[in-house]
Amino acid sequence: MITLDELLEKDRQREEDGFKRKIRIGQIVKPGAGGKGKIIVVPTTVEEKFVHDEIDLDQEQGEGEPTGGTGPGEEGDIIGEQPVRPEEGEGEGDGSGEGPGEGQGGEHEFEANAYELGKVLSQDFQLPNLKDKGKKRTLARYVYDLTDKNKGVGQFLDKKATLKKIVQTNIMLGRVPDISNIDTTQFLISPQDLIYRIFSREKDFESQALVFFLRDYSGSMGGKVTQTVVSQHVMLYSWLMYQYEKQVETRFILHDTDAKEVSDFYKYYSYKVAGGTKVFAAFKLVNDIVERENLARDYNIYVFHGTDGDDWDKEGTQTIAEIKKMMSYVARIGITIVEHSYVGGKQTEVEKYLKSSGILNEHKELIKLDIMGEDVDDSRIIQGIKRLIS
Amino acid sequence: MELVSQHVKGIMEECKVRARDAGLRFDDETLEYIVTNRDMIELSPKIMIPTLYDYWVHDVRVLSGKGMYEAYPSNPYETVINTRPAISYYNDNNPDWLNVMIFYHVLGHIDFFQNNLFYKNTWDVDLTGQALADKRLIAKFRSEKGRVVDYVIEFSRGIDNLVGYYRQINHIISKETQQKVNRPDFYFDVFLQRIKGVSHNTYLKEISRYNDCKRTKDDFFAPVIGKYPEFEELFRKEKASKNLRNLDVMEYIIQHSPFLRMDENKWMKTVIQIIRNTAMYFQPQIRTKIMNEGWASYWHEYLFMRDDRICGHESDFAKVNAGVTAMPKVGLNPYALGMRLFQHIEEMEDKGCYSFDYFCQKDEIKKQKYNSLKKSGARYIFKVREDLNDFTFINKYIDQEFLTKHQLFVSGKRFNQDRMSWEYYIKSKKAEDYKRMIIDTLYHPPEIRVEPDKSVKGVLYLNHLFEEKPLKQDFIENTMVGIEYLWGGPIHLETSEPAPESKPASSYTNFWDPATPTPKIPEPQKIKWKRMRYVLENRKLHKREL
Repeated sequence: MITLDELLEKDRQREEDGFKRKIRIGQIVKPGAGGKGKIIVVPTTVEEKFVHDEIDLDQEQGEGEPTGGTGPGEEGDIIGEQPVRPEEGEGEGDGSGEGPGEGQGGEHEFEANAYELGKVLSQDFQLPNLKDKGKKRTLARYVYDLTDKNKGVGQFLDKKATLKKIVQTNIMLGRVPDISNIDTTQFLISPQDLIYRIFSREKDFESQALVFFLRDYSGSMGGKVTQTVVSQHVMLYSWLMYQYEKQVETRFILHDTDAKEVSDFYKYYSYKVAGGTKVFAAFKLVNDIVERENLARDYNIYVFHGTDGDDWDKEGTQTIAEIKKMMSYVARIGITIVEHSYVGGKQTEVEKYLKSSGILNEHKELIKLDIMGEDVDDSRIIQGIKRLIS
Repeated sequence: MELVSQHVKGIMEECKVRARDAGLRFDDETLEYIVTNRDMIELSPKIMIPTLYDYWVHDVRVLSGKGMYEAYPSNPYETVINTRPAISYYNDNNPDWLNVMIFYHVLGHIDFFQNNLFYKNTWDVDLTGQALADKRLIAKFRSEKGRVVDYVIEFSRGIDNLVGYYRQINHIISKETQQKVNRPDFYFDVFLQRIKGVSHNTYLKEISRYNDCKRTKDDFFAPVIGKYPEFEELFRKEKASKNLRNLDVMEYIIQHSPFLRMDENKWMKTVIQIIRNTAMYFQPQIRTKIMNEGWASYWHEYLFMRDDRICGHESDFAKVNAGVTAMPKVGLNPYALGMRLFQHIEEMEDKGCYSFDYFCQKDEIKKQKYNSLKKSGARYIFKVREDLNDFTFINKYIDQEFLTKHQLFVSGKRFNQDRMSWEYYIKSKKAEDYKRMIIDTLYHPPEIRVEPDKSVKGVLYLNHLFEEKPLKQDFIENTMVGIEYLWGGPIHLETSEPAPESKPASSYTNFWDPATPTPKIPEPQKIKWKRMRYVLENRKLHKREL
């Protein structure tokens, strides 16, 4: 069976032959139990043909695709309702109590898969390696687990191991004459035969990077724009994962006019769009979280924001203020504007105020902006990553 | 992958006997394999044909299939492929009663493959054997020519939905030489009327002279050629151009591409032909999904309930069967729809409802009670499974009676801004709307033909016939790049696009944003279409309005 690496190698040859690349890095999101999503990274490709476009030209605004149905009722009856955003109990509002490392949240569920992708991205797509990973303190964490074994005393009797040990001892003592007919009543049991499991201190991981992913999920973000943003964020995450040797923590923040933290990537990825847009809310929430949990001391903090560039705050005064505050602690802010194709040559609001504020030049090393159209392919997205992390 | 055990095979053979008694017809030989879900994932990109040629897109699909399986494990009951002998795949460790049900379902499929006339082009082919030969040939090319082979496969697959399936099936079924233009038809229909524009009187005279000649056995055309010396030449031209017009895009490229004609490229024709044949083979399957699944479900239910081997498992069956054939509250299930429609047709025909007499009934109560005790439903549905495909099946037999009986409706979905929710509602209970909605889901590739008259000076001119549907724009460029490669010259594509004023520029509305004025709800206006021509030359795409 061919591997992902080989496929990507083949794909790179296409460019040499003068054709566009065809393989995209896709993500399958697995909704996990207890709200823990999991991302599976797979290659995808589309076989282009002449096909009819499925857009329904007669369709009214805000109307979904019609389909079939069964059941009683008259025309016009409402038969069901589905909230645009699923309600979330935990993590709503301020997300208090979710200190770093406390929740074994979505971040660890990305696991090896994302690491592999990061490797591929770094090697095959020539994403740069981080030169300076920052001089922040590394945190060693310990967890206590019942994994060590101890003879004689302990917290938890390991029955299977104990039994094995007893049989061994008795064979040595010659108390098992007939192996096919064991008389357990004749066994001698030494106190040393009792095997216990005891608590052991295990070094869990060292954490260095903390990434905030911010996504605009307002009403205008439908369709490809969201896909592009999420694709880029997955790749960014994977790349950081590789750079930091899996020692990356992630926080996910969605915003429309309000911002809220969600507990895992699945929610971050899957929440449907609705509502208006206030970009500053997301940045403010990041600042609040960092301050409250005192994260700036221990982490290299990255903030990536994806939007279509629409903002009700047309001057961006609030947003710029929040970003400036962030400058004191972040390792990098990367803002991606994915423009709808109808925008044309016009500048979006976010682009306008970021540029006019001069912040991009003032803090050249800390904040990067990347603007792309919604129809871009993977290589452009990856190029965008290069720009954001350069 | 291994054959099923003798015990399981015994169950299958028993099922065959009973299915035959009920009227199903299929070959004696079948092959049943036990496969793992992993095997299935690896087979499905190859459309379940184990011997299909290797291609990197299949590998991509397998990798993503595995990822998908990890996230959403599934456990398909069976898969049947239309080969001779028919091959079907099963999971290990099904209990016997479940195998009985699955086998009946599979036999339903096999019966459908081997009797529905739309499959006629597949009846004389041993697909697995053919595919194996093709696979070896492609592997040989690959070792000789390298990765060019994969480009040829890719670009051929880019147009493999434009095969002239209906023309081929029509040709096979009628076997007659209809395709040929015959001389009298050309003389009377085209030459006299269109080219010469003779008077009504002359025309009628010629017809009676023709009839006289038939009787006297004189040569009708001798004086014609005397009078119009150009006739033979025009007739020859017409024949040639008609043959050209009948070629589908793939055939046209194979026969006329200057690039493929070069000695070093001739082998590519073979590859294109392989892709074309494979695509052609699967055409009937794509066009009979609802019928095929419906037919199989109809029979597994019918036969299972009458099988004495399954006593004690009725409730197990009910559970599995309901899972397969329940109608969802919102959404479509082709198994369920097809099965119910077959049952409905049988019932209607039993009562004699497909008759002028029933059609004339205007009284709803009388209509409901109508029964001419015709009792011919069972025979009738066999005829339906033989002659129809999904489109004709849906179009002809979905009627108001069917919708009312099963409480079917078209469901709509709309956004409720106040409640921030999607509302599902009953949009229509009319048979016409329901039918339209189903038909819109059916496979329907665009009708794109080569225009031989406009394909001059090295250009290949493609014409997309207007059906009120635009082409998917994102795909146009790469598809044309592929065609250009195979053709070796510029490609023109004529198609229609909705004009911008009605184009949903409104798909982006700022109605979330009170700062911008709320756009008025656009009044339903008729879409304006404009004819566009895409021109691809040296991998650069331009487009202009015609």
